[in-house]
Amino acid sequence: MTMEVFLGILIGLGILVGIPALIGLLLTGTVGWYNKHKTAQAKSGLGNGTGFLDEVCGMLGGDGICNCIQCGTCTGSCPNANEMEYSPRRMIAMVRAGMRKEVISSDSMWYCASCYLCTERCPQGVPVTHLMYSLRQLAFRNGFSYGPTGEPIMNRAFVDIIDRNGRVHEVSLMLTYYMQSSPLAVLKMAPIGLKMLLRGRMPLRPDTIKDRQQLTAIITKARALETARAAVEVAS
Amino acid sequence: MRYAYYPGCSASRGGAEAYGQSTLAVSRALDLELTEIEDWNCCGSTPYSSVDELISSCMSARNLALAEKMGLDLVTACSSCYCTLRRANSMLQHHSQLQRDVQEALAAGGLEYHGKVQVRHLAEVILNDVGREAIAAKVRRDLTGLKVAVYYGCQIVRPGPGFDDPEFPQSLDRLTESLGARVVPFPLKTRCCGGSLIIPEESVALGLIHKLLDSAAAHGAECIITVCPLCQTNLDVYQGRVNKKFKTHYDIPVLFFTQLVGLALGLSGRELGIDKGIVSAKRLVSKYK
Repeated sequence: MTMEVFLGILIGLGILVGIPALIGLLLTGTVGWYNKHKTAQAKSGLGNGTGFLDEVCGMLGGDGICNCIQCGTCTGSCPNANEMEYSPRRMIAMVRAGMRKEVISSDSMWYCASCYLCTERCPQGVPVTHLMYSLRQLAFRNGFSYGPTGEPIMNRAFVDIIDRNGRVHEVSLMLTYYMQSSPLAVLKMAPIGLKMLLRGRMPLRPDTIKDRQQLTAIITKARALETARAAVEVAS
Repeated sequence: MRYAYYPGCSASRGGAEAYGQSTLAVSRALDLELTEIEDWNCCGSTPYSSVDELISSCMSARNLALAEKMGLDLVTACSSCYCTLRRANSMLQHHSQLQRDVQEALAAGGLEYHGKVQVRHLAEVILNDVGREAIAAKVRRDLTGLKVAVYYGCQIVRPGPGFDDPEFPQSLDRLTESLGARVVPFPLKTRCCGGSLIIPEESVALGLIHKLLDSAAAHGAECIITVCPLCQTNLDVYQGRVNKKFKTHYDIPVLFFTQLVGLALGLSGRELGIDKGIVSAKRLVSKYK
């Protein structure tokens, strides 16, 4: 075998294996890497401190956590407490201890399914579900658009669609979600998608509202009010 | 009886179109006049509450403002829309700063909201404004013997206080009985189906759905009725996935409560979109002719 033939076979094999591997990497790896990279960057910019409790109490879902008596009824009632890095009771204790970085970067609030059982049963009237929303908002504000769960990506995709169209479109939501989290997982969803399509449960054309301009004006104004308020808070 | 009707994305042109379809069919049969809110927008649901408090309140407030202009109470059949709109309504009432900001944002779109709209779930409207006796008088199809698990889910009863007990509600059980059907005990009737976690955390949600199906099946339910598009999707569309994961053989049709009411009132399965279920309800419908 001459050197040229050997090299030729080697290059051929390289192309055969390499290209699909490269495509696979591009499809799955890049998005994940990029998002993880962003999360790592965000984490490094978080400081713990005593101001965290005030920050959370200043949010609409955070008022009331000072009333918590750490009885654990929330955790005992939560259907997903076992999945969480820190249980709901522990999250409240951590907020009060000023553990900003650990709380905001945790996966706990992303496992909340908004069943409101904790809120309903809390003997102290702590709105635990709304607290989870507030912690999610803080996580978003601090750059955690990717976490140990895909929930933040899905939330963001949902919001982007309604900002644009005024109504949510399930097919766009699923596609955006899978493209941004794990594109290959869309194959796993194909059988379910097909069944729904056949039963007429998956309209392909997005629905939009007529007066998108009005909605945009409202959103723009709200955003401007928030930016102005944040600037005042920073200044003080 | 007139209402400002808020269909919500899922029941209008989404995966739960059959819910919207059966809502309109049943309302006509019960003389409830539902006028769709012109150009309503998505309520924002849980995702917007997770991203931004003020804009999420504005999303709901635009709909509330449009309903207020009609001078009617807002009615929706979707538990998630109901919970979200109700939450915004109460937040606006209790937080004056939020109220001022929302007013200012709405004004940028030429709208205003004065907090006069009441947000109601269709199930509660049917129960209280129509009443069980009036419905029983209109029953045309004999459902005697049909064993039903009444699944309330979370957001129609929580956060309380609402129109029924937040953990052990009875009202829809009584409604189902007035249709002639038999309600089986269903201890998990207000437990979570996993909601939208089914997309990013499928195995977690499948575990919760499995518990619900297991309980319904153990109590001999021939069908489950739901009041929420997402509950229906999780229990129906993902029933096959549960069977695969947990090596079970559940074959329980999951109907919207409006579909069961419609069947009892003598409407056809086609009018009610019953053929849109993934777990077929054909056998059930043909059994009770």
